[in-house]
Amino acid sequence: MQTFFQQILNALQLGSVYALIALGYSMVYGIITLINFAHGDIFMVSTYVAFFIGSALMSYALKLPGIIIFLLTMLASMFFTAFLAVIIERFAYRPLRKAPRVSAVITALGVGLFLENFTLATIGPHPRFLPPIIPVHRFTIWGIATSNIQLIIIFVSAIVMFLLDTIVRRTMVGMAMRAISWDKFTVPLMGIPMDRIISITFALGASIAAIGGTLYGFVYTIDPYMGIRIGWWAFISAVIGGIGNIRGAMLGGYLLGLVEIFTPVILPSSTYRDFVAFSLLLLLLIFRPYGLLGRPVTMKV
Amino acid sequence: MKRLALLLGIIVAFSLIASSCAPKPGVIKIGLNAELTGGIPVVGQSCKNAAELFVEEVNKAGGIEVGGRKYTIQLLIEDNEDKAESAAAAALKLHTAGVLLMIGPNASRNAIPAAEVAEANKMPMISPWSTNPKTTIDAKTGQPKKYVFRACFIDDFQGVVAAKLGVELGVKKPAVLFDVASEYNKGIAEVFKKTMEELGYTVVAYETYTTGDKDFSAQLTKIIASGADGLFLPNYYSEVPLQVQQARKLGFKGVIFGSDSWGNLELIDLCGMDCDGLYFTTHYAPDIATPQAQAFIKAYEAKYGKTPDDVAALTYDSFGIAVTAIKQAGKIDREAVVEALRKLTRYEGVTGVLEYKGTGDPVKSAVVLKVDVPGKKFTYYTTAKP
Repeated sequence: MQTFFQQILNALQLGSVYALIALGYSMVYGIITLINFAHGDIFMVSTYVAFFIGSALMSYALKLPGIIIFLLTMLASMFFTAFLAVIIERFAYRPLRKAPRVSAVITALGVGLFLENFTLATIGPHPRFLPPIIPVHRFTIWGIATSNIQLIIIFVSAIVMFLLDTIVRRTMVGMAMRAISWDKFTVPLMGIPMDRIISITFALGASIAAIGGTLYGFVYTIDPYMGIRIGWWAFISAVIGGIGNIRGAMLGGYLLGLVEIFTPVILPSSTYRDFVAFSLLLLLLIFRPYGLLGRPVTMKV
Repeated sequence: MKRLALLLGIIVAFSLIASSCAPKPGVIKIGLNAELTGGIPVVGQSCKNAAELFVEEVNKAGGIEVGGRKYTIQLLIEDNEDKAESAAAAALKLHTAGVLLMIGPNASRNAIPAAEVAEANKMPMISPWSTNPKTTIDAKTGQPKKYVFRACFIDDFQGVVAAKLGVELGVKKPAVLFDVASEYNKGIAEVFKKTMEELGYTVVAYETYTTGDKDFSAQLTKIIASGADGLFLPNYYSEVPLQVQQARKLGFKGVIFGSDSWGNLELIDLCGMDCDGLYFTTHYAPDIATPQAQAFIKAYEAKYGKTPDDVAALTYDSFGIAVTAIKQAGKIDREAVVEALRKLTRYEGVTGVLEYKGTGDPVKSAVVLKVDVPGKKFTYYTTAKP
């Protein structure tokens, strides 16, 4: 039983990261029906930003408490990553908004490749860890091993998701986002600045990925290709939850965390992970193509 | 256009002058197929460093004499991105570029496909670091390949050494976590398990993951639940720190030990104190070096500012073996070089004495090193003779 709850905790840690990235896929798709395949690589860039800012803040003998450095690192990473996403949207996606949808998807793949290889060329292929901004404390509660970092990952992710949900449901910006995803031809006529709202959506999605990236860098190594696999898994999370649906993306993220952890527990080998995840995706696309929490779209002629 | 013509003219004139001045030594092209990018870039870097050092030393001394004529070495470096298909492509590219022989790749997952290409194209190949038996064995016939050699021991030996190390460290219930998608990791894990069972111990957990995974908590939780008191991690230095940290975080208290894929100082940087005092089997220990090895270590340190790791030492030996064979062959011809390589029975290199017994696999001893994190080095623990 202890082992089972230990595995649940392991799954929560992974699921939190997947959910945070899946949100970015889902929001961008919801608003301009673009599958932003560069999102995984934007996540990768955010971990490198956190790595450099965190290392710089640690090395200057400012004697700041760990929690302040942690917050500063995360904010800097969010800001820079949001800026990058807005630039990418402005120069790579906006000119193609009226083009066939497949052109934008191919561009997104190209942007992803660019980010990977740019990082590879400038920073190099060596895997790295974020510096120990918050010292790791390992402890056991009711026979379940955990650490302060693991709890921070799980709780910070939950708070961020709650905040985002509130922003989208309760603020004017959120209302404008939902309006654009509902009907992007009528919305500009109502005086809603569509370009600005789309930029804000990209910035929000990227800064949430940056929170995920900073948290990820504390427990896993970072390298230029890390965004590929995580990006795929987050993408599956978003589709399973119902792409375009924010709560669906969160649910999908935690589900995929469970899949990743429980596949090697139930099946003989961890190599079945991708098989299980993609089978789940296929089954869902056959029986519930709009995802668990999505609603079927009816086209008006 | 005029300017371009002038420039060309100058270049031609200079090259004519240069070629007419002295009897120019011939050039031997040697290819290097290394993991410069991808999952284990430090391996490729060490390999390249040692190769460039060797070539520089040889060329500075005026080259090598083959059949009465002096030759300098020209090094052609190809990146195999630590991918099987790129390793094969790089081997083919080097073959087309007309290299006399190829050194590398290092990781078995790259060396095995590259060896197939080398064998099919009759290009001699020496892998410095690939310990998986399949590298030199023809998969179809089960016979040793004719053109493929290596400078390191094979995992049939290393797995036994690792199992005996585990027993010596007091392990009663061994567990293994290994990359099932990588030939090296898989091969050595199998030999380890077999040897442990022959020694009378049951492997209580035999868990797998896939290259590139970063979360091992599911498998490690299973390993802990199995009651294991020793964990063998025959995985690469870039992944081992994550595995050790996650195992300790989940409350694993037993012994952790590994194999030659650990032997890189990057392991210490990534892992921190969690890896302090762990043991692994490998090819050579800088602290018990012979005078010949010391000269190499000194030269390497002077050029690159760090102690050469096992890949560097083995690459240096691979080049040493190659040049010895070329000299004995007496002509620049692939068949003659392979003939000479097959006749070579003993070579004293910086990683010790290599004895070849009719195949491409040398018989040599292994050493066990201990990770010293505060000292940022690996210290010698013991030697295991074949």
